[in-house]
Amino acid sequence: MITYLEAIREAQAHALAADPRVYLYGQDIATFGGAFKATKNLAQAYPGRVLDSPISEDAIVGSAIGAAIEGMRPIVEMQFADFSTVAFNQIVNQAATLHWRTGVPCPIIVRLPSGGTPGSGPFHSQSLEAIYAHYPGLIIVTPATVEDAYSMLLESITIEDPVIFCEHKYLYYHLKAESLPSEALPIGKARVARQGRDATVVTYSAMLHECLAAAEELAAEGWELEVVDLRSIKPIDTDTVLASVARTGRVLAVGEAWPWGGVTAEILARVASEGFNLLDAPPMRLNSKDTPVPFHPNLWGTHRPTAQTIAAAARTLLNK
Amino acid sequence: MLQKPEGSDSTQRAANFSETYRRAYRWMLLARVAEDKIRSLFLGGKVTGGVFLGKGQEAISVATGMALRDGDIFAPLIRDQAGRFAFGESVVDFTMTYIGSRSGPMRGRDGNIHRGRPREGMLPMISHLGAMVSVVNGVLMAHRFQGRRNTVGATSLGDGATSTGAFHEGLNQAAVEKLPLVLVVTNNQYAYSTPTDRQFACADLVEKAVGYGVDGHSVDGTDLTSCLKVIGGAVERARNGFGPQMVVATSLRLSGHGEHDDGHYVLPDLKDSALGRDCLQVSHSHLLKEGWADQETLDSWKRDSISQVDEAVAHAMREPLPDPAREDWCAIASRHLAEGNV
Repeated sequence: MITYLEAIREAQAHALAADPRVYLYGQDIATFGGAFKATKNLAQAYPGRVLDSPISEDAIVGSAIGAAIEGMRPIVEMQFADFSTVAFNQIVNQAATLHWRTGVPCPIIVRLPSGGTPGSGPFHSQSLEAIYAHYPGLIIVTPATVEDAYSMLLESITIEDPVIFCEHKYLYYHLKAESLPSEALPIGKARVARQGRDATVVTYSAMLHECLAAAEELAAEGWELEVVDLRSIKPIDTDTVLASVARTGRVLAVGEAWPWGGVTAEILARVASEGFNLLDAPPMRLNSKDTPVPFHPNLWGTHRPTAQTIAAAARTLLNK
Repeated sequence: MLQKPEGSDSTQRAANFSETYRRAYRWMLLARVAEDKIRSLFLGGKVTGGVFLGKGQEAISVATGMALRDGDIFAPLIRDQAGRFAFGESVVDFTMTYIGSRSGPMRGRDGNIHRGRPREGMLPMISHLGAMVSVVNGVLMAHRFQGRRNTVGATSLGDGATSTGAFHEGLNQAAVEKLPLVLVVTNNQYAYSTPTDRQFACADLVEKAVGYGVDGHSVDGTDLTSCLKVIGGAVERARNGFGPQMVVATSLRLSGHGEHDDGHYVLPDLKDSALGRDCLQVSHSHLLKEGWADQETLDSWKRDSISQVDEAVAHAMREPLPDPAREDWCAIASRHLAEGNV
């Protein structure tokens, strides 16, 4: 069995072995192996290509941009997605604009250990995919499975643009697969994770598993939910979403991030504007509460959507 | 394309100092003439957007540009026209970017001083100050990975940029990685309208070098001789493995922040002080005094600069402007991932 975290490590090991342009840079990632061990033993296996950085997120990303201009393929770790706000300027103003301005691409990967886990609190729990997706010039991926964590990271290295790789910390140890995949859907394609005829649930990252559990719960009540895993949120595979809504007539978008704007709002905007006539009921969405992410598990468990609250939202949608 | 300065590196090294000085002066003069021309075009409504001049900082800038050679990296800032020319930027890149020509390096997508040719070693600055330092570091890290030795990366900053987090992170990163980075900090007494006593509290910015564990150098930015020696020396130290070098050059900005700003807040005492000397006039007098050029030669250099600039402006004026109907409105290089294509 291989975990989601091990898949990320294996993808980096594979990239280091296969491509001399790849190097890893981030805080505590070298001999220590990373705060989550996503780079365990890689510094030993690839001397000089896995480097500890100072606590300088801006300079970590800035240097990756310079190295990418010179033909390298840096993979940088932000340790926690929350800390990437320190690098925000380099990501959105430097990396995201370079190709547009100069025609020179900026192939960097910024790994964002994202999302909440019990006890992590306001500054180690954030899901920032939407704020990066707002900026032109970036690719945002949000793998929800072990297989996608591996294959999408490897594919990201082939992409000529900056990739914001949102890996979910809650899945690091919980999620396991039998083996690493030999083939995969390309980035940009959503996946129907569960087929159903009654309503479409559109989600991504760790919320996929909550949505699948909710679908299981509703199946016991006779409802068949179709669950779409977006996989990447920039680009969004609108076609797959609309095709599903065409089958079901109902849509619920679920995300762990905050409600104002964001991925679920984008999904509903697209469904409403491009597929209004497909809808049999007003579209719905479910997000975390509009507060910082709380520390205590009692609060955290209620702050984010769960299988239970998703199932409740789906029942409301199905009864409209 | 970047133009190649006259003469190879070896002839440059072999040439005597007076020849270096003459070449530096000619780049400074070309920059001054080019910037004066752009200013006129701006005032005449032919240039949209900001115009930012390097007036009074040409000696610092040219010394940086001339100390660099093929394979080196230069991330200029807003007052670096002389250094850009010396590093190899063509006059038409300058005029086409200000005018917004479709065939210029920025194709109307970005303008004025936000230009560069990253593949040819000239990085295009973003407006967020200090942000280029770590990008230059990354280029130098790439050179290390690739086994490209003896290259240097230089970038320019003002006194204001030394207050940013990006400056701190970048210089510290360069020091930790022992990179051949040369930071040329021009303390021109004002960041836009903010005087230095509202910018920093140390007695002299060069003191900061000690805190980062890098070499610090001070130079009178109005004196071309000192700039060539000190900045050139710092570049050589970086090239020879002594790690990051921080040069603090003092001068006075002899224009507004941009041409939209009359700089009325610049104190008269500063203008009358030694800081307020115009480096171009100082070097002009020096050339005459040392007998390195006579008045006739200086006049011919000026005529040559004017003719180069006029030609480059005419060239840019003939080039097509950006056309929104023909524009490729795709921000990413991997077109298969552009929304609508998936």
